[in-house]
Amino acid sequence: MIDLIVLPLIKIVIVLTGILVTVMYLVLLERKVQAWVQVRLGPMRVGPHGVLQPIADVLKLFIKEDITPVRADKWVYTLAPIIVLVPALIAFAVIPFGPEVSIFGKPVPLYLADLNIGVLYVVAVASIGVYGIILGGWSSNSKYPLLGALRSSAQLISYELAVTMTFVAVILASGSLSMVQIVEAQRANGVWFAFVQPVSLFIYFVGGLAETNRAPFDLPEAESELVAGFHTEYSGMRFALFFLAEYANMIVVSGIATTLFFGGWLPPFPSQIFGLVPGWIWFVLKTFLLLYLFLWIRATLPRYRYDQLMRLGWKLLIPLALANILVVAAVKVALTR
Amino acid sequence: MERDQARRMFDTDEMVINMGPQHPATHGVLRVVLKLDGEKVVDADVVIGYLHRGIEKLSENRDWTQIVLLTDRMDYVASAAANLAYVETVEKLLSLEVPRRAQYVRTILAELQRIASHLVWLGSHAMDIGAVTVFLYCLRERELILDLFEEFCGARLTYNTMRIGGLPQDVPPLWDKKVLQFCDLQIEKLAEYETLLTKNRIWLERTKGIGVISAADAISGGLCGPPLRGSGVRRDVRKDEPYAAYPEFEFDIPVGEHGDTYDRYLVRLAEIRQSVRILRQAVEGLPEGPVMGKVPRLIKPPAGETYHANESPKGEIGYFIASDGKSTSPYRMRVRPPSFCNLQALPQLVRGHLVADVIAVIGTIDIVLGEVDR
Repeated sequence: MIDLIVLPLIKIVIVLTGILVTVMYLVLLERKVQAWVQVRLGPMRVGPHGVLQPIADVLKLFIKEDITPVRADKWVYTLAPIIVLVPALIAFAVIPFGPEVSIFGKPVPLYLADLNIGVLYVVAVASIGVYGIILGGWSSNSKYPLLGALRSSAQLISYELAVTMTFVAVILASGSLSMVQIVEAQRANGVWFAFVQPVSLFIYFVGGLAETNRAPFDLPEAESELVAGFHTEYSGMRFALFFLAEYANMIVVSGIATTLFFGGWLPPFPSQIFGLVPGWIWFVLKTFLLLYLFLWIRATLPRYRYDQLMRLGWKLLIPLALANILVVAAVKVALTR
Repeated sequence: MERDQARRMFDTDEMVINMGPQHPATHGVLRVVLKLDGEKVVDADVVIGYLHRGIEKLSENRDWTQIVLLTDRMDYVASAAANLAYVETVEKLLSLEVPRRAQYVRTILAELQRIASHLVWLGSHAMDIGAVTVFLYCLRERELILDLFEEFCGARLTYNTMRIGGLPQDVPPLWDKKVLQFCDLQIEKLAEYETLLTKNRIWLERTKGIGVISAADAISGGLCGPPLRGSGVRRDVRKDEPYAAYPEFEFDIPVGEHGDTYDRYLVRLAEIRQSVRILRQAVEGLPEGPVMGKVPRLIKPPAGETYHANESPKGEIGYFIASDGKSTSPYRMRVRPPSFCNLQALPQLVRGHLVADVIAVIGTIDIVLGEVDR
């Protein structure tokens, strides 16, 4: 009873709260990192060095008027942000934050579920988010959101292909679809997949940037062209849900990259001193380094044009990903012989 | 052919989209009516006049000195350049002799202004294409120029810094040293912007081959300044019809080859370097003497008319002034605004490109709506 219901529920609550707080502070971190790159200070007023800024932001979004356009399809309009946010959150179910630890002499795995098809689950869940975007744009019944939604969904679908193919390469190398087994395979190999398959990592990361609509692929948010993309008409808490989903997706992408390519909870070197640090700390550290990369890229690069983005996805990343699978498979066959 | 067929089959229409006058990337109140085929621009119609204040007409009721203040309000990111062109035109009308020190200081101010204007251009252009960091870097250095101007004349945007016959006051002590310090810093920081943009793949893809205009088209379209030089035409009023202290300095006129957005970007960056070169020569050779010539108490130019042009950061800014010889204000003043002349090329530059390129092209021609509408 306790093992089946109470424990998982406690873990779900902890993970969800953790993610929501992380998202709030990721926004602050983004503003701070951007500011430091751009020789500014960033938020400084709310609390010392602006540490309470996220709370103020959330309060503001709660109090704001929740506008629904008169001609909008009200049901779909309300549903769309939820469809975007939920997949972003439930993807965390299979991400292993750490190995099995014992709390009060009771073995507790630091992940919600070790599905034997974990990677497939992530791919499946991640692709649901597109529906939310296109429904949100369509139900607003307005020009700019519709165009923005079409753009976003085309972008997401194109890059999803390349990203999924990098999963194939990793699965080939690890021989398992379970996230936990993939980390264990990296421990057994003694080397992270990032160093074995740098091409996969590159494609995955570029695709991840595009899938989360981050710079330099942040076309849906190109304020100079399409106002605010698919969520132009949204305001208040519904807008906040889209916002939340974007940042939660960033964390998902970084978390999966950590698991698949950077050895999840494994310490950088299998040494005695590093072994003292609990695994989940390594996981969080690596994930944040990757998140920092997201922010750094945003502060550095200009934005791609729509056709260039599509060209990069279809003509460069997908062929490269296919070739990558071929090479990985060939190497694997050669090694097992 | 295939496209036409497809259009008949699907019965697609051209879409008309209004860009501006309230739009973050139109640099003020420009309105562009775009005719789109999908995302492709078929035609663009530029609508201006949202910032018209009738500066030319107003000047007919101001006396000659007061008009300097009106010229500030045209190109408000480069008001010293507009001041200079105006006072020189009146001096030409009056056949006034301007002291050498004043000429030198005017040149220094004009070149500082050119750098400031190019920095604002580079920043906003890069921000339109998505590189926000460059914007803040550029404004950081522009701030230092504004400080120099503030120290000289007290104002930071609309300087009113020239007088007919010279300058309102001499430069403050140590000001010239600060200009030299700024020159060194600017060269150093230019490298910073260049690391972010010049060889950046995305920047290249967004600017190369975008908004191409040939040298012949540029000349017949009446383009001036960096857009003209970007197409490879070596025309610069500072060299061709020298004014102020320019004949005494060595500098090059950077030109582009392809006439695209990227070449115009390179030309403007090179111009910042040349401006620094001029600034260094001017500060080092700054002569002693008064900064105000002999000017009659009541300025009343003899009857006649004249045209005089300067090279403002945006291109050739010219004033045509007619005096009737009786009144203390011009009979007619007409401004040739470089932004306006360059803006005319916009429809030609964006035809056949995508909507996202319209933003890049509006950025690259560097307009200030205050000057377009006057």
